[in-house]
Amino acid sequence: MALLNTFKETCDYLREIWSGVGSLLKGMHVTGTYFLRGDGVTQQYPENRDQLRMFDNFKGELILIHDENNQHSCNACNSCARKCPNGSIEVASVRVQGDDGRSKRVLEKYTYHLESCTFCGLCVPACDQHALAFGQTFEHAVFDKAGLTKILNKPGSTSKAKDE
Amino acid sequence: MYDFSPLIASFTSLLEKTFSPFWAGAVSMVMLGVAVLTFYAVLGLYLVYAERKICARMQNRIGPNRVGPMGLFQTVADLIKLLLKELIYIRNADAFLFNVAPFIVIVASIMAIGSIPFARGLQAVDLNIGVLYILAISSMGVIGILVAGWASNNKFSVIGAMRSGAQVISYELSVGLALLGVITFAGSMQLSEVIASQQDGWWIFKGHIPAFIAFVIYLIAGTAETNRGPFDLPEAESELTAGFHTEYSGIKFAFFFLAEYMNMFIIAALATTLFLGGWLPFHLYEWDAFNRLMDFVPPVIWFFGKTALVIYLMMWFKWTFPRLRIDQLLTLEWKYLLPINLMNLLLISFLTLMKWHF
Amino acid sequence: MEEAIIDIDLKEKEEYIVNMGPQHPSTHGVLRLETCLQGEKVKYLVPHCGYIHRGIEKMSEKLTYPQLIHLTDRMDYLSAHINNEAVSLCVEKAMEVEVSDRVKYIRTILAELTRIASHQLWWAAFGMDLGALTTFFYGMRDREKILDIFEESTGSRLIQSFITPGGLMSDVHRNFQKRVSEFIRYFRRKLPEYDALLTDNVIFRERTQGIGILSKEDAIDYGVTGPSGRASGFHCDIRKIEPYSAYPLVKFNEITYTEGDTFHRYLVRINEMRESMNIIEQLVDNIPSGEIMLPLKVVKAPKGDFYQRVETARGELGVFIVSDGGPSPARIKYRTPNFSNLFVLNKLVAGHKIADLMAISGSLDLVIPDIDR
Repeated sequence: MALLNTFKETCDYLREIWSGVGSLLKGMHVTGTYFLRGDGVTQQYPENRDQLRMFDNFKGELILIHDENNQHSCNACNSCARKCPNGSIEVASVRVQGDDGRSKRVLEKYTYHLESCTFCGLCVPACDQHALAFGQTFEHAVFDKAGLTKILNKPGSTSKAKDE
Repeated sequence: MYDFSPLIASFTSLLEKTFSPFWAGAVSMVMLGVAVLTFYAVLGLYLVYAERKICARMQNRIGPNRVGPMGLFQTVADLIKLLLKELIYIRNADAFLFNVAPFIVIVASIMAIGSIPFARGLQAVDLNIGVLYILAISSMGVIGILVAGWASNNKFSVIGAMRSGAQVISYELSVGLALLGVITFAGSMQLSEVIASQQDGWWIFKGHIPAFIAFVIYLIAGTAETNRGPFDLPEAESELTAGFHTEYSGIKFAFFFLAEYMNMFIIAALATTLFLGGWLPFHLYEWDAFNRLMDFVPPVIWFFGKTALVIYLMMWFKWTFPRLRIDQLLTLEWKYLLPINLMNLLLISFLTLMKWHF
Repeated sequence: MEEAIIDIDLKEKEEYIVNMGPQHPSTHGVLRLETCLQGEKVKYLVPHCGYIHRGIEKMSEKLTYPQLIHLTDRMDYLSAHINNEAVSLCVEKAMEVEVSDRVKYIRTILAELTRIASHQLWWAAFGMDLGALTTFFYGMRDREKILDIFEESTGSRLIQSFITPGGLMSDVHRNFQKRVSEFIRYFRRKLPEYDALLTDNVIFRERTQGIGILSKEDAIDYGVTGPSGRASGFHCDIRKIEPYSAYPLVKFNEITYTEGDTFHRYLVRINEMRESMNIIEQLVDNIPSGEIMLPLKVVKAPKGDFYQRVETARGELGVFIVSDGGPSPARIKYRTPNFSNLFVLNKLVAGHKIADLMAISGSLDLVIPDIDR
């Protein structure tokens, strides 16, 4: 009886070893096939900058859309700055005399703080004039933090916003 | 290319003609030392590069490819960086032991390289107890690890060093017994004799099943000896942040790092010499045409090719399997490898007596 | 924050305290584990959290309800969509509005994709903690496909701020359906590889079977929900108990086991990935058309207390809003799953070795910013 027990135990021991080694070989098979295939999914950045395309909706940074006549659509209504949860947008405007005698608000400086923007996307739909969008650049690293405070209205641009 | 003994003999006689016997001996020893050190350093550099490339391919990526063509100078750049790093001195650490530990590890490793046969005649020291010498010298390395862990004055390092010590002395048994099997087959511990006994076939083929089992056990135990692969708990960076060499920086860390790769090379070289025929080419039966084609390749290439294959196997283990816990490591050795090893050795002795091997 | 909550007395010989400090490759995030060890065994463990406390609940008191979204997805950043969904559902419950079917379907698909992505990252990191370094790359490579889907539709990979009270910020991209179906086909082929590499591996099984057993009573006492609780037999899947969004419309299994050890916590997550793919398959091909955003003039909750719970990738997230009728919540409290899951670590680890500590904390799948908010 004891002999039968030791025989069974030996069989179990050997079976354990066999199944253990089998499972190890299964794992080695997976890595082995990857080794032989050798298809690296790595992209050679920054050499492939020209071929890189982001998706259309990619949230790179906030931009004020300018058309080919250097005109943007912002009418300085401040809706975007009010919606922004942490004050990353500052809209500085002045009142000028319009052609029809009424004074209207005109955008002077649109300050965007990239360092505090959380890319929540609440500003873009808040704009009635559809003046804002998210751009596609993603290389924002600078040496000086002041470089992250961006002025979004380009120099010399005028507004084509309709009067309210 | 095929036989280095005439070259070595002529070089030795040239030295003896120009210098007195004492100086001839001294000069030849110095030149040999320089050659071995250079070989050690260069091979270590390229083993690290090979590991990075191999593991990258297994992980679906490319590995170093920017520093030099195909990234060949990556390790050179790493070496320069390590040489330029600040050597941090620990305040309450035992300064002498702290500094001497990396040297113990690397000296043990270099001394073992000296007795490996690379080709016919290309062997620095051909002792008649070759295998025993290599095993004894490699176990000096564990002293370095224990000293490093102790002298770092860091709880993590001590834990790592103690684990490593327990691991290495356990697995030395398995390594020794597995090699003893082949020595029983070959009848001698001298490495050149072992290779000579494989003229008509490598021991892994001639010794059929027991030799294959011995090879597998040797590979597992050898990986554990060098703290590599699934047995790298002492230096597991995700558990104890680098274990016994946590406190080392700069060139001292480079010594530990290099010694690990070269120990892997020594284990692989020993496996090649004893199981896979050393620098002998692959001959099939008496097919003369095939054999002569195989003979055309220089023995040095055969040796390094076979060693590379064994090293690839060891790297494959490391990058596939999770780590074993220390008690599972020791269980594996004492409850699985050792009994199988002893049974295997008994079987091999029986086979040798009855001449039931090829 | 620096004193121990409970003093560790070194009672026996050979005990020493080791800090698995805030910076450690294995505690995913900034968590300090003050561990009392005896030799190789762990006797006691005191976790110190709070290193990444950012005051999300306090900041939320000054924000309007639509603006809350940008903070909630920074709590448990791996289940970003589900966190957003929790707040959105709570506010919609308070305002007693119901979103269109299209929004429900898309929210559920995004939530399940997030769950798969989170489990993929967990698998990658778990393998790496245990020493199988290739699993990290395989898990991350497969996760990239989900992140591409997110980037195409929402614009960001990890922190999307997409699900908002009233619906979604914008419609999904026209390629959404195609990409999601493609991903499901791709990942179903890859999941057997995960099994071959880790689940069936004898070394892995030895490391995880019988380690860190959590009994069902302890799971209920400590409030351990999610996959960690379900592995102990605690039926806590909110998607079955209180279904929300499109969950009443789909058939799926709640994966539970009774053993409660590390290996079964691992198995629950692997099988949950399969179930999530089943859910997505049932939904993705028949997304109804409808409006994306309810035409709400102002998003404001009426006076009162409102609670909503959802099932994130790690457990039950509860959002409790106390509102006084104003544009901002008077107090918002998040019952986060990781906070409850963390404090059961001490009980699980006692008596095991250091290497097991890594396996157990990896299997509990803790994301530290969720603990500290």
